[in-house]
Amino acid sequence: MIAEIIAATLKIVLVLGVVSLVVAYLTYLERKIIGHIQMRLGPMRVGWHGLLQPIADGLKLFLKEDIIPSRADKIVFVIAPIMVLVPAFVVYSVLPFGPNFYITQVNVGLFLVLAVSSLGVFGIVMAGWASNSKYSLLGALRGAAQMLSYEIFLGFALIGPLMLAGSLNLQNIVQAQSDVWFVFYQPLAFIVFFIAALAETNRVPFDLPEAETELVAGFHTEYSGMKFAFFFLAEYANIMAVSTVGIAVFFGGWKGIPGIPLPGLVWYLLKLGAIIFVFIWIRATLPRYRYDQLMRIGWKFMFPLVIANIFLTGLVKLLFL
Amino acid sequence: MVPLSHYLALGAIMFVIGVAGVLMRRNAIIILMSIELMLNAVNITFVGFARQLGDLTGQVFAIFVITVAAAEAAVGLAILIALNRDRTILNVDEVNLLKW
Amino acid sequence: MELPFFYLFSVGIIGASILMVTRANVIHAALLLVLTFFFLSGVYVLAGAEFLAVVQILLYAGGIMVLYLFSIMLMSVDVAVRLRQFHRQTIFAMATAVLLALEIWMVLSRGTSYPAFKSFGWGIGATPGNVEALGSVLYTQFLFPFEVASVLLLAAMIGAIVLAKRTIDR
Repeated sequence: MIAEIIAATLKIVLVLGVVSLVVAYLTYLERKIIGHIQMRLGPMRVGWHGLLQPIADGLKLFLKEDIIPSRADKIVFVIAPIMVLVPAFVVYSVLPFGPNFYITQVNVGLFLVLAVSSLGVFGIVMAGWASNSKYSLLGALRGAAQMLSYEIFLGFALIGPLMLAGSLNLQNIVQAQSDVWFVFYQPLAFIVFFIAALAETNRVPFDLPEAETELVAGFHTEYSGMKFAFFFLAEYANIMAVSTVGIAVFFGGWKGIPGIPLPGLVWYLLKLGAIIFVFIWIRATLPRYRYDQLMRIGWKFMFPLVIANIFLTGLVKLLFL
Repeated sequence: MVPLSHYLALGAIMFVIGVAGVLMRRNAIIILMSIELMLNAVNITFVGFARQLGDLTGQVFAIFVITVAAAEAAVGLAILIALNRDRTILNVDEVNLLKW
Repeated sequence: MELPFFYLFSVGIIGASILMVTRANVIHAALLLVLTFFFLSGVYVLAGAEFLAVVQILLYAGGIMVLYLFSIMLMSVDVAVRLRQFHRQTIFAMATAVLLALEIWMVLSRGTSYPAFKSFGWGIGATPGNVEALGSVLYTQFLFPFEVASVLLLAAMIGAIVLAKRTIDR
């Protein structure tokens, strides 16, 4: 009993530590890649090719003065960054990283991931409302509407692969892809999933809740210091979590291409790197959508598409399997 | 193992708090939220009985209750938004006209 | 092992819901209701209803309560904080609530003969789990109520759109 608790705690600490470090370096990676795409060098000053930049950034944010606006709702203002960060990290408790490398497996796994990641919107709404500023409130309203709608498409896009796998346990879903990755059976579902994932993590072209050019910084306009860093950490932790879900459901998780002997964890990391690169690449390529366009794409185009996908999957499964 | 009586007591306490909220408050939104509290109190009872009887019917019923709660929240909030557009204050005792 | 957790969640539920009912600020009340739902999903896990626990978080906390917060932000609620929060009938309301509590307690304390506890046949984390079992019951035995519920949701959706729309084009 005691040994189990200690082992579980060690696993949690390990995953949390690694994830926080990787998340910090994702900011560096993003700046570097976007820099090179735009024919710049990106951060170069701190360490070799700016490798220590995230640590310098973290230190800077840690030492900054923590400002709470005088008209803000203090309690909600302080809780909001925590409400964003905690769900982003809780998700990792059921994600599969390797054949034997995961914190726990539950039979509602994928469903739990969806549920917990839908809680991130509370932090955004709380932050926007508690700041008592027009920009923040507008950002929060946009965030609530956007995440509420795209949560639905994200969930519905995963139903097709789920019907093929016949389980909500992420480890079982990975096992079901021993022969063929589900992305080949469910290309439509993957496209919808990827677009919804972009919207769910508030990334370009759907970064309307923050929208620097119109809303200053949206829901976190009034935040500074460590609280601001929390929002940033949560954003990148969400990107990694949603990429991991995508890899587990569509790209065979830690399973590699047969014939190339590499450990499961390495395969997972390779796929993760590829997907995150696409995320950053899209940010460097596409402009931002307008709010009404975002809603129209969601409800009038993607929603019928996922429903059709579920219907077709059910039909094929009924007739041929 | 948690005995059935505990689930029932918890459900009852929550239900009574919800009833008190509906009867005491003037703010229409809080009244709606108190109704949500009462629906959830009933769910606890259902789940407790499902546990005790080893029968999933209770859990299925709880899912239906959640469905009804979603419908109730959507329509209720739509009514409140329409009301708020006409008269800015949302106190139930001030809404005393059938036609505006 | 279950009992301490049950008491913890119960204290959380009761405390948060009492606070929720008495807050002047609607947003605080909504956030406290969310807290209540978190504790509630903990109780569901203890009762072996994992699927329901996740549905509670996904639909109630992540769906319905976000809808509440969204609607509250669309309304003007700042004025309401400064007004009188309770009805003039509060004393009678409290009395009614206490009477109701007494009545429920009377009914519950008389029910002495519970049927013997039966095991579900599956524990937490076992296969086939709660999801599979619930799915097979929901889509066979309760198929008709399930379809009726979907019609109810459709009706509610149309009703909400019609009610909240600013002007109805004729």
